Amino acid sequence: MSNLTDAAALTTQKPRRTRGLMADGRQRSLTAIIVMAVLCVLWTLPTVGLLVTSLRSRDAQAQTGWWTALWNGGWTMENYRGVFNGTSIGDSFLNSVIVAIPATIIPIMFAAFAAYAFSFMNFKGKDILFILIVIVMVVPIQVAFQPMLNLLGPNGLGISGEYIGVWLLHTGFGMPLAIYTLRNYMSTLPRTVIESAKIDGASHFQTFWKLIVPMSVPALAAFAILQFLWVWNDLLIAKLFLTTQNSTVIVSLQGLLGAQGQGTEYLPAGAFISMLIPMIVFFTLQRYFVRGLTAGAVKG
Amino acid sequence: MSADTSTRPDSLDDGALSPGEPSPPDQPAPPGPDDHAAHPDDANVAKILIGLVGIVGILWGLGNLFLALAYHPEWFADSKILIGAVALVAGVGGAYFLFFFLNMFVEGLPGGLSRGLMPYVFILPSFSLIALMLLYPTIQTINYSFANSDSTKYVGLKNYRYIFGNSEFRQALINNVLWLLIVPAVTVFVGLIVAVLADKLSTSGEKVSKSFVFLPMAISFVGASAIWSLVYAFDPASEDATGLLNAVWRAFGGGPQSWLQNYDFRLNSFLLMVILVWLQVGFAMILLSSAIKGVPEETVEAARIDGASEFQIFTKVVVPQIRGTIITVFVTTLILVLKVFDIVYVLTDGRDKTQVIANLFFTELFRNSQGGRASAIVVVLLLAVTPVLIYQVRNFRREELSR
Repeated sequence: MSNLTDAAALTTQKPRRTRGLMADGRQRSLTAIIVMAVLCVLWTLPTVGLLVTSLRSRDAQAQTGWWTALWNGGWTMENYRGVFNGTSIGDSFLNSVIVAIPATIIPIMFAAFAAYAFSFMNFKGKDILFILIVIVMVVPIQVAFQPMLNLLGPNGLGISGEYIGVWLLHTGFGMPLAIYTLRNYMSTLPRTVIESAKIDGASHFQTFWKLIVPMSVPALAAFAILQFLWVWNDLLIAKLFLTTQNSTVIVSLQGLLGAQGQGTEYLPAGAFISMLIPMIVFFTLQRYFVRGLTAGAVKG
Repeated sequence: MSADTSTRPDSLDDGALSPGEPSPPDQPAPPGPDDHAAHPDDANVAKILIGLVGIVGILWGLGNLFLALAYHPEWFADSKILIGAVALVAGVGGAYFLFFFLNMFVEGLPGGLSRGLMPYVFILPSFSLIALMLLYPTIQTINYSFANSDSTKYVGLKNYRYIFGNSEFRQALINNVLWLLIVPAVTVFVGLIVAVLADKLSTSGEKVSKSFVFLPMAISFVGASAIWSLVYAFDPASEDATGLLNAVWRAFGGGPQSWLQNYDFRLNSFLLMVILVWLQVGFAMILLSSAIKGVPEETVEAARIDGASEFQIFTKVVVPQIRGTIITVFVTTLILVLKVFDIVYVLTDGRDKTQVIANLFFTELFRNSQGGRASAIVVVLLLAVTPVLIYQVRNFRREELSR
C-alpha cells in the first residue's frame, strides 16, 4: 500500500528539474535572488559587527575595524567575563527576567476575558467601549509618567522603584493592544461552537476556559511574544520606575553607552547579552507570532 | 462583529431552549446567546454571598500581598527570584479566582440582571486598569500642563507660551515632521520590496532571507543604538577607521567623519532614522508578505495573459488589493515615529539639531524638573496623534461594517 502511494507520488510529483525552474515549477528570478542577498547582508552586517567586536580585546577594538579581525586577530572572551564581573549587566539580567515574565502573562489573563466579552456577548455600549480601546492604543505612554510617578512615588503608594510598579504599568499599557489583538482573533472563531456549549448548559466562565482559550492559543502566543519583547526591550518605564539596584539589562546597557573611557570595551558584549533572550524567544515562537498577528488583525 | 451579532438569526438558541414559546419574528433579537442554564430566574443567595466574599477576599489578599512584596522584601528572604515567582503565581491565580468569583456572584443574581451584567463584569478588571493607567493620567497631564513646574499652582497658558517661544521645541517639531515624512514611507517601501522579492524565491530561500530581515525586530532600541554606534564610530585621520561607515567613506576617498555630529542637511537625523527603519522593516514585511500571498492568483494570471509587465502587475494588480495592509503598516509606524525617543536619547540626546518631542519631554521633566512644561509638550504630542486617532476610529468602524 505504502509502496504504491510512494511510487505514485514519485512519478506525479517530480518532473525532471529544468534549468531556471525551482522545485515547485516557478521561474527562478535572478533579480530577486541578487537583491535579496544584498538586503540580507546589509540587514545582518551591523549585528555581525557587534558580535565580532564583542569578541575582540580593548586594543583591537580601538585600533582596527572588526572586519579585519580575520587577519588582524585580537580575539578574546575577556569582555564577556568583564561584563559579568565589572558591570551591572549580569545582575540586571536577572531583574529583566523578573520584570518581564509576570508583566507578560498577567495582562493576558485580564485582556482575554474582555476580548471574550467583546467577541461573544451583546451589551449596551459595546461599540463605544471598543472604540475607546482603539483610541487608547494610540495615546502616547508619556502622558502617564508624571501622574503615575506621583501616584506610585513617595507621596502616593511609595512603591516606585519596586518591581510591582513596573508590573502594574506594563500590565496597564499592554492592555489595549492585548484586548484588540485577542478580540480580532476570537471574532474569527466559529460561533457554532459557542452556541453548542451554551445548549449544553456551560456558563460563560466555563466556555471561556474550556473552548475559547485552547482555540485562541496562536493569538495568545502572538501577543505574549509582542508583550515580552516590549517589556524586555523597554527603556523608559524601567529607567523611571526602578532603582539602580533592580534596573533592567536595557537600562544598564544605556548607562554603558553613555560612559566614556574605562569599560567601553564591554559595551558590545553587554549589548549582545541583552539581545540574547528576546532573540531566542522570537525565533522559537516566530511561527505563532506571524500567524497570530496576521489572522484577523489585517485584511488585505 | 457587533453588526453581525445584532442581526444574527436567533432561532438556534430559542428553538433549542424553549420550543413551546416561539418568539414573534418581528421583535428585536432577544439576548439569546446568554439565555442558558447558568441564568435561572431566581436569585441564588448562596452564590451571591460566596461570590462577594471571594471577590473582596481576592482583592484584599492580592493588594496586600503585592504591597508586601514591595514594602517587606525580607519576608521573602530578600530573594528577587522568589518575589518574581510569588508575583507570577499570585497574579495569574488571583486573576483566575477574581473572575471565578465575579462570575459566581453575577450568576447568583436573578436571570435578567445576571445576563445584563455579565459582559460588564468580564471587561471591568481590564477597563479599570486602562482607566487608572491611561485615562486618568491623560486628564491629569492636561491639567498639569496649565500648572507650574511642581504642579502646585495654575499658571494659565504660560507653559504653552514658553514652549512655542522656545527654539529647541520648534527644532524638535521640525525634526518630528521630518521623521514622520520619511520613516513610515521608507519602511513601507522597503518592506514591500522585501515581501515581493522574497515571494519570488524558493520556499527555503524565502524562509532564510525573511529571518535575516526579521532579526532586528527582537532587538531593543538601546541595543540597536549600540549596534549602530559602532557603524557610525569616528576615528581621527591618523588612525584606522573602526566604524563601518567611515571605512566605506574613506575607501571612496572621503575624510573621516563624525557622523552623528554632522548636521549639514540634517545628515545626523537621517542616520538616526536609518536605525528605526532597520528595526521596523521586519514588521512591515510580515504583514505585507501575508497580504501579498492572499492576492488571488487568477487576478495576477489574467493580467499576465493580457501582456502586463511584472512591474505593471505589481502596481496595478497587487498594490490595490493590499492597500488596506499598506495603510495599517504605515499608520503603525507613524504612531511609533511620533513617540520616537530611545534612539535619540541614547545616541545624541538631542544635540546637534537632532532633538525630537519625546526627548525634549524627558529633558524638561527629569533634567530640568519642569513638570508644567513637560506636560504641555505631551499635550502637543497628544494633539499630534489626534488625526491618526480619528483615522483609526473611522477605519475601525468601516471595517466592522464590512465584517
